[in-house]
Amino acid sequence: MSLTLLNVIFAVVVAIAFAAANAAYLVWAERRGAARIQRRPGPNINGPFGLLQPPLDGIKLMAKQLIIPGGADKVLFIAAPVLAMYPAIMSFVTIPFSDTIVAHNINVGILMIFAFASTGSMSLIFAGWSSRNKYSMMSAVRAVSQSVAYEIPMLITTITVVMIAGSMDLMEIVHQQSRSILHWNIFPLLGNSHNILMPASFLIFFICTLAETNRAPFDLGEAESELVAGFHTEYGSMGFGLFFMGEYANIVIGACMTTILFLGGWSCPFGLFPGVWWFLLKLYLLIATFIWIRWTFPRTTIYGLLNLSWKILIPLSLVNLLLTAGLIKVF
Amino acid sequence: MSSPIQLQPDETFVLNVGPQHPATHGVLRVKMEMNGEYIVDAETVIGYIHRMHEKMGENKTYPQYLMNLSRMDYLGALGYSHGHVLVVEKAAGIEVPERAEYIRAIMVELNRVASHLFWFGAFVMDLGGFSPLMYALQDREYILDMLEAVTGSRLTYCYFRFGGLYNDIDDDFIDAARRFIPRMRKSLIKYDKLVTGNIIFRKRLEGNALLSKETCRKYGASSAVARGSGINFDVRKNEPYSVYPDFDFDVPVYHEGDSLARYMVRMEEMEQSLRIIEQGLDKLPDGPIMPKKKPKLIKPPAGDYYQAVETARGSFGVRLVSDGTKTPYRLKLRSPTYSNMHLFDESCRGMMIMDALAFMGSLDLVIPEIDR
Repeated sequence: MSLTLLNVIFAVVVAIAFAAANAAYLVWAERRGAARIQRRPGPNINGPFGLLQPPLDGIKLMAKQLIIPGGADKVLFIAAPVLAMYPAIMSFVTIPFSDTIVAHNINVGILMIFAFASTGSMSLIFAGWSSRNKYSMMSAVRAVSQSVAYEIPMLITTITVVMIAGSMDLMEIVHQQSRSILHWNIFPLLGNSHNILMPASFLIFFICTLAETNRAPFDLGEAESELVAGFHTEYGSMGFGLFFMGEYANIVIGACMTTILFLGGWSCPFGLFPGVWWFLLKLYLLIATFIWIRWTFPRTTIYGLLNLSWKILIPLSLVNLLLTAGLIKVF
Repeated sequence: MSSPIQLQPDETFVLNVGPQHPATHGVLRVKMEMNGEYIVDAETVIGYIHRMHEKMGENKTYPQYLMNLSRMDYLGALGYSHGHVLVVEKAAGIEVPERAEYIRAIMVELNRVASHLFWFGAFVMDLGGFSPLMYALQDREYILDMLEAVTGSRLTYCYFRFGGLYNDIDDDFIDAARRFIPRMRKSLIKYDKLVTGNIIFRKRLEGNALLSKETCRKYGASSAVARGSGINFDVRKNEPYSVYPDFDFDVPVYHEGDSLARYMVRMEEMEQSLRIIEQGLDKLPDGPIMPKKKPKLIKPPAGDYYQAVETARGSFGVRLVSDGTKTPYRLKLRSPTYSNMHLFDESCRGMMIMDALAFMGSLDLVIPEIDR
């Protein structure tokens, strides 16, 4: 067995472990964060600060029976949760956490991550369709229109960054931003773009990440007060567990991409000690913002969501793309 | 085993919302005929928690029936008891000491604030925002603690007696109530900043479920549902009872008729209730809380009596037909939510399901009170 293959296997195992640990402990962080916001203690019984809660929850979920409703499409019903989890794990393989910590860097990293992310919404459709439940079905239909609407501005924004960097290699994109905080893609001043609309680009990307990961205020797929639990209404046991973990793993991917594309990856704002800690700091600050937003805002409507995308985000991101293209030609 | 669901483009399907559904807040069932996400027709199905309160009223003696009223509406129980004791006092000719009436008014208004607080939290939760519920429940908890200290229970009070009260309020209660008023005013400002000013919240509610004056009149709607549609009707003002004429308070009225108007009316009603509590505490007279002369056995003379009160959910009426015996011949309870809810069937046609459920939240439904 060649050394490269061993390397890849090791990398995949680490990626799975990282994704699973993050998913489990983000649930804990979310519950503690929500509790802080709502002035209540949250999970604090199992272990110090309730840190044993996620593994115990996992054991409980695994011990439960997986009930497949009568009339459900068995194959798709079982395949859907697996499909929810795998794109996130695959994406971790190519994300560079620092100069050295990257499982397998490929020169079209962005393409690969978006390709896998696009398959994520397939799991929601399968789950909604195969459950044979009207609420699940409605949720699946919403998920389709939502993911179509938000992948477009997200990709256009990403293309803007790719044009600035002139590369689809994630390492390369970070390297170009690494000189100082002013070279980050979010800031237009000294940056590589000179485009004053870059902060807007960052906001568009951030909003799209929220929508793509089905987070509040765009959590229309699983709107509890309308569709009971949306596409995972009929799921119990680890089926539900995988959906849950998939959601959080996707959040980590979304935050990683935002960090790499706009916030300079592992580079330090002041040019000191660049390294993986800066990456993790930015990553978890973004995730904390996700949690903060979720527990503050009410949910949007489905037409409000689609209007926002088609009437505001897509035109704005297109304008930004054109402006950037023009500026690159000029400078 | 599985057969794919095949729908023609114009074909509708029936969505069964409830009796167990997070948005119906209880055991209300709504059969919705849907065309995709749009509601073609809706039918509310009630009766899942029917407990025969009216029939019980015919079988129980007057004092035995006292506790039934607070089981009707678990959020604003005191208002319902108030209506009942008032009609029986009117029928049996029992004089109520002034102090008792003042305390009743204070208690009912506190209970109204508690009820509106819960509604506020649950309504925002219907729209997908969780945190306001927790904030609202903390303020409500303060009221419940106060009420518990005096009445002995936290939710289903049996505090009012024919002619007066079960228990007098003490200085601790008055202190707590005086501390509560500024605290609650601060909270209302906070809710205003957190929720009312939120752009997503406003966009969802502005123009949602427009109810005309005529619709409200047709169904006999009351409370914020009618006042949000421009009908200036509040039993406390229009058919004054108890000591309400002594208080200076306003009835908030909005003319838009949308869900935001209903929301604004309830939020402003909390402030008005605080004003009533403040004035009640200032004016609170000394004296007994039960009349000196009170019949041992309550046997109202034969006749037909009616009393309406303004509860947290709207105008609640008790019609008492007495045949001169120790049990009523008929006790009809006119519950406000029953009328408010039936607006839903007609008004939600053509709406999307998420708007319809926001509309349902704005009606402030308490299901046990509909079914009785």
